[in-house]
Amino acid sequence: MTDVTLDPTKRGYWTSDQEVRWCPGCGDYGILAAVQFLHTELDVKREDTVFISGIGCAARFPYYMSTYGMHTIHGRSPAIATGLAVARPDLNIWVVGGDGDMLSIGGNHLIHALRRNINITILLFNNQIYGLTKGQYSPTSEVGKITKSTPMGSIDPPFNPISLALGANATFVARTHDLDRKHMIEVFRRAHDHKGASVVEIYQNCNVFNDGAYAPITKRDVRDDMMISLVHGQPIRFGAENQRGVVLRNGQAVVVDVADVGESELVVHDEANPNASQAFALSLLASDNHSPTPFGIFRAVSAPEYGEAVSQQLLSSNERIGPGDLKDLLRSGATWTVG
Amino acid sequence: MTDTADRVDGTTLDRVVIRFAGDSGDGMQLTGDRFTSVSAFAGNDLATLPDFPAEIRAPQGTLAGVSAFQVHISDHEIHTPGDAPDVLVAMNPAALKSQLERLRSGGTIILNDDAFDERNLEKAGYEADPREDGSLAGYVLHRVNMTKLTLEATADLDVKKRDAERSKNFFALGLVSWMYSRPTEPTLEWIESKFGKMPTVAAANTAAFKAGHAFGETAEMFGSPYKVAAAPQKPGEYTNITGNVATAWGMIAAGQLAKLPVFLGSYPITPASDILHELSRHKNFGVRTLQAEDEIAGIGAALGAAFGGSLSFTTTSGPGLALKGETIGLAISTELPLVIIDVQRGGPSTGLPTKTEASDLFLAMYGRHGEAPLPVVAASTPADCFFAAIEAARLAIKFRTPVILLTDGYLANGAEPWLIPDIDSLPDISSAFTTEPNGADADGNPLFLPYLRNPETLARPWAIPGTPGLEHRLGGLEKQDGTGNVNYDPNNHENMTELREAKINGIAKDIPTADVDGPGDAPILVVGWGSTRGAITSAVERLRNDGMQIDHVHLTHLHPFPTNLAEVIKDREQVFVPELNRGQLVQILRAEFLVDAKPISKVRGLPFTGAELIEAILEGISQ
Repeated sequence: MTDVTLDPTKRGYWTSDQEVRWCPGCGDYGILAAVQFLHTELDVKREDTVFISGIGCAARFPYYMSTYGMHTIHGRSPAIATGLAVARPDLNIWVVGGDGDMLSIGGNHLIHALRRNINITILLFNNQIYGLTKGQYSPTSEVGKITKSTPMGSIDPPFNPISLALGANATFVARTHDLDRKHMIEVFRRAHDHKGASVVEIYQNCNVFNDGAYAPITKRDVRDDMMISLVHGQPIRFGAENQRGVVLRNGQAVVVDVADVGESELVVHDEANPNASQAFALSLLASDNHSPTPFGIFRAVSAPEYGEAVSQQLLSSNERIGPGDLKDLLRSGATWTVG
Repeated sequence: MTDTADRVDGTTLDRVVIRFAGDSGDGMQLTGDRFTSVSAFAGNDLATLPDFPAEIRAPQGTLAGVSAFQVHISDHEIHTPGDAPDVLVAMNPAALKSQLERLRSGGTIILNDDAFDERNLEKAGYEADPREDGSLAGYVLHRVNMTKLTLEATADLDVKKRDAERSKNFFALGLVSWMYSRPTEPTLEWIESKFGKMPTVAAANTAAFKAGHAFGETAEMFGSPYKVAAAPQKPGEYTNITGNVATAWGMIAAGQLAKLPVFLGSYPITPASDILHELSRHKNFGVRTLQAEDEIAGIGAALGAAFGGSLSFTTTSGPGLALKGETIGLAISTELPLVIIDVQRGGPSTGLPTKTEASDLFLAMYGRHGEAPLPVVAASTPADCFFAAIEAARLAIKFRTPVILLTDGYLANGAEPWLIPDIDSLPDISSAFTTEPNGADADGNPLFLPYLRNPETLARPWAIPGTPGLEHRLGGLEKQDGTGNVNYDPNNHENMTELREAKINGIAKDIPTADVDGPGDAPILVVGWGSTRGAITSAVERLRNDGMQIDHVHLTHLHPFPTNLAEVIKDREQVFVPELNRGQLVQILRAEFLVDAKPISKVRGLPFTGAELIEAILEGISQ
């Protein structure tokens, strides 16, 4: 058990006494470190923080935080977190899960938590594979993926988690990756600060069953030309020489050479746009692991948060008809008295 | 042992059973409900049986679309909605055809004669007009032009013909109210309050009701009106209550008694949805209701809220309970309080959504993977749902466990007069959250052990987020006793499995012993559970009147059983177990007590009648 006298600005304060049991070299370590470091900077209390997860490698996450936590069942963490968030609007609730947990068995709960705008921060570890069950293809694996369950290659097209979240009208949608702690911390901070449901897709490397899946995008020697950094209010440019950019053609985002179109033609990123169409178009740029892929915050808009609205209804009901009285309730139908 | 209404003198009945039947759109549920309410005002004892199709509007005029409501009123204590109706009100040929076989021989039929045209007769599958072909010869038949008379009564009102015609159920209600001397004011006032915002509808319903009442008085078809005197009841204040409303009020009461905010995570499902509806109206009690995206999310949200310190419920019916199984297992593993309410209906699969059955007992007892015991509680009358909900919550909180409460469609929609309890007589079911560390590490530093059990109840501490110093992680992986840390040690798993089981078994010491109705040592014992209470009580009373020595024990707690049950069951010549299933409790009793108990089974989507049970018991004895 962590010594409560430790300093909240130190990572150790946010670390539980449990031994971390991910495979050596797993991307999850980097994500855990980023979340713990972020907490050394956030003005939140350990006792007011809860991590909730489903099943999968990523879902072991709560055991390693020194906060409250619940390691639940496969796919259901957004639903369980929803109940906690609605009942306890005072808490900081994080939901952690992988692509199988969140997008396959738990897809329904994910989209409804986003739709309702529940005040939770969802970290979606996407490694495009089932790790804990030892290497089957996942709902984000590319078509043709050869795994134990798909020896001739997978047939079904993958989900694009960002597109899916935007389609569910999520109010905060972002992408980061497990190699860049600084970027993760900044995106997680924004996600945490956001009122309502935030979802962050994290490109996470499974070095055992899907090693290097994102290397064509995130490897040091290619990343400048493959990673598109989304900066609010800025034209979208990237490339080693900042020579490439994104334009919209018939509503579709297209990568171009800036020299061919001129900077004024480039899309100016607007994360706060109430209309998610442009963010959706940008999300589709990440069509496979060999295309330039946007990172950062796709969407951050303000909208009524569900749990707060529930509390508001409780308050207004109280104001309108007064606090509930059990004696009166039992007499609220027609009553009669026997002598 | 007669099952007919006995006329005490020329115009007084000791009891009567009336069945209103019509098309789904004819408003029969509302008509029956109103008749019930005024009878409650009149001081009768009563029991009701709504019986309606799953389809909202099945094709008009067809047998599939018939909706019925049976009400039994009496001047003495009764336990069932009556075996065979004395009076059948049939609004169309399909209603007559589908309901006639229930009517007692010599019973009264009141027809809406206007609905008996060739088309409706054909839709009901009549080859010949039953009014003319002698098939109703054994009954007292009244043919009333309800549609025509309703239209005439509303002719002066500014109301469309179609809307006016829809008031004919109030005509029928007016007529039957006259026949049984029901007070008219409560219904007239009710129409005013219910339809006040639609003055033309209110006026049409009022006119139709009055016309029906006047028709009874002037038509000289019906002789003089009958009286059913008030039943002697314990003094006090009464209300008329259905099982679903009683359940919802019990949940609210439990929250108050536990001093905890109530949370309900639920997904709409027949016949449980009314609990969600009722609870959603009472936000001023601090009740949070979440209509979830599915059954699994309903219980998931409830469990999440329980982790946060709410008194959590999820409400459902059989198909939903099947879906909730995995989360119930998680609640057993995390040892959090949670009440799962299953309003049972006919199964398997979609089965009979609007019809009653009690066939989820095995699912409640065993429907989870692994060794996953939990307490099972069953309500036995509509009003008992109130107390059963409180009891389920009490056990959940005290023993930190999910509890399944079983009700059924018959209880859910059925109504009975209820002597409103004194709330001061209800139990205090509160239990403080843990706020301080309960252990120390090797260096003597304070430590929180989330699985350090209360030695008496074996319940673990309930420490909620927001409590400094007690941060801990729960989960579905096996936990080390005490620390709650993930642990795969064989000895620990065996120990934890036994501890979880011992905790639930220990609840037997915390519940009342089983109460025997009867001499206590009769050679014949009837063991019942759930909504069969009324029918069993009624059957056993009648058998006793005929001289039989017979005991009845009715179980509220189905797991664990009361500690005296073995004693109660043993040394009987015969043990009968009537159930609205193919024999589930009887199997458990046989396994548990090695007793040759016999099932009495019914799976027709309908409750037992007293007569059916008498017949089955007599037949069982003779074998």
